Amino acid sequence: MALDKPYKDIPGTTIFDAEQSRKGYHLNQFCMSLMKAENRARFKADERAYLDEWPMTEEQKQGVLARDLNRCIAAGGNIYFLAKIGATDGKSFQQMAGSMTGMSEEEYRDMMIAGGRSIEGNRYVGEKK
Amino acid sequence: MARISASVYTSHVPAIGAAVDQGKTGEPYWQKVFAGYEFSKAWMREHTPDVIFLVYNDHATAFSLELIPTFAIGCAAQFQPADEGWGPRPVPVVEGHPELAAHIAQSVIQDDFDLTIVNKMDVDHGLTVPLSLMFGQPEAWPCPVIPFAVNVVQYPVPSGRRCFNLGRALRKAVESYDAPLNVQIWGTGGMSHQLQGPRAGLINRKFDHAFLDRLIADPAGLSQVPHIDYVREAGSEGIELVMWLIARGAMSDSPPKVAHRFYHVPASNTAVGHLILENQ
Repeated sequence: MALDKPYKDIPGTTIFDAEQSRKGYHLNQFCMSLMKAENRARFKADERAYLDEWPMTEEQKQGVLARDLNRCIAAGGNIYFLAKIGATDGKSFQQMAGSMTGMSEEEYRDMMIAGGRSIEGNRYVGEKK
Repeated sequence: MARISASVYTSHVPAIGAAVDQGKTGEPYWQKVFAGYEFSKAWMREHTPDVIFLVYNDHATAFSLELIPTFAIGCAAQFQPADEGWGPRPVPVVEGHPELAAHIAQSVIQDDFDLTIVNKMDVDHGLTVPLSLMFGQPEAWPCPVIPFAVNVVQYPVPSGRRCFNLGRALRKAVESYDAPLNVQIWGTGGMSHQLQGPRAGLINRKFDHAFLDRLIADPAGLSQVPHIDYVREAGSEGIELVMWLIARGAMSDSPPKVAHRFYHVPASNTAVGHLILENQ
C-alpha cells in the first residue's frame, strides 16, 4: 500500500522525505564533504574529477556543475546540504534561495523586503493566482 | 527541586548571526530585527537562569545523512561552535550541564520518548544565533546550555502533538531533579519561510500571528495541527515551528505571563518571531 504523501500538491516545493533522501544520499554526502577546507580546495581545482570520486548519478553531477539547485533538489538534494556548495562559492543563503525562483538577485531581495512571497495563489498546484 | 521558570521562543536565521559577528547590527536593515530584542537582553540580565535547555535543529552540520536522530540530547561538558562552511562563528564555547542532561535523558526515555544521547557534537547557528540574540556578545555565555536537537530536515519530522507531549515529559524530568536549579527552556526556528524551489521566499504573516496567539493561549489545540498545514501555509522550512511546542509543553498548565512579543519580516529569507513567556 502506498504511503500517504499529502505534500505532493504544493507548488514549487519538494519535500525531502525518506524517498528523496535515498535518491540523494551520495549527492548530499558529497556536499557534506565540502565542510572541510582541503576538500573545498580539491573540488575547486577540478570539479569534475572531485565529483567522479562519488557514486553520484550523471544527472546529479551535471546539476552540481551547472549550480542548478532545482535540478539538484529533483535528484534528491536537500537545501541544507546543497548550501555547502554555495558556501564554497561564497554565496549567501539568500542568493542561493533566490537562484531557484527565476528572479534576479535584486528582484528576490526586494520581494523579501516588501514582505516576501504571498501565500495567496501558492497553496496548491494549479490554483488560480 | 529544579523548576522551569520561563520559556523563550525565537527564529534562528543564520544571517542574524553573521550580522552580529560582522558588526552590522546598527545598519537600517538589521536595526529593525535587533530592536525587537532590546527588551529581551535586559530581561535576560534580570532573569539569567542556572541552565538553559535549548531546543533547536541541526542544519546538516553535526548530523549528515549517515545518522538522523529525531530527538538528540547533548550530554557533553562542552560543545564547540561548528564550521558550517563559512568558518566557525566567533562566539564562546557552549558549556553543557552533563548532570542535568543525564537526569533528563533517564527520565524522558522512561517516559517513552526515545532520545539519542550525544556526548560529542558541534553546535551550529540553530543554537548559537538565539544565544547571540538574547545575550549579545559576552566573553562567555552566562550559564550552561543543554542542546536538544530535533530532526526537522528529513521528513517525516516529529508531529506537533509529539513535540508538545515531549515538552510535558521534560517538565516532569526537570521537576524531579534534586537540586534547586532555575531552568529556562527555549524553542527556536521558524517562523514562515521556504528556502527551496520556485516557491522560495514564501512568508505568511497571518499564519505566523495566529501561531503566536495559539501558542500563548491554546497550545494543546495548536499541537493538533498536522505537518501539511505548516508546509503548505508556512513554507517547507516553516515546519521548524513544531520545536516551539516542545518548549511550550514544558511550561505550567496555567496561563503564562507574556513578557514580550515581537514579529518582523524579513531577516534574509525568513519571518522573525519572538516570545518570552513566564510561568506565574
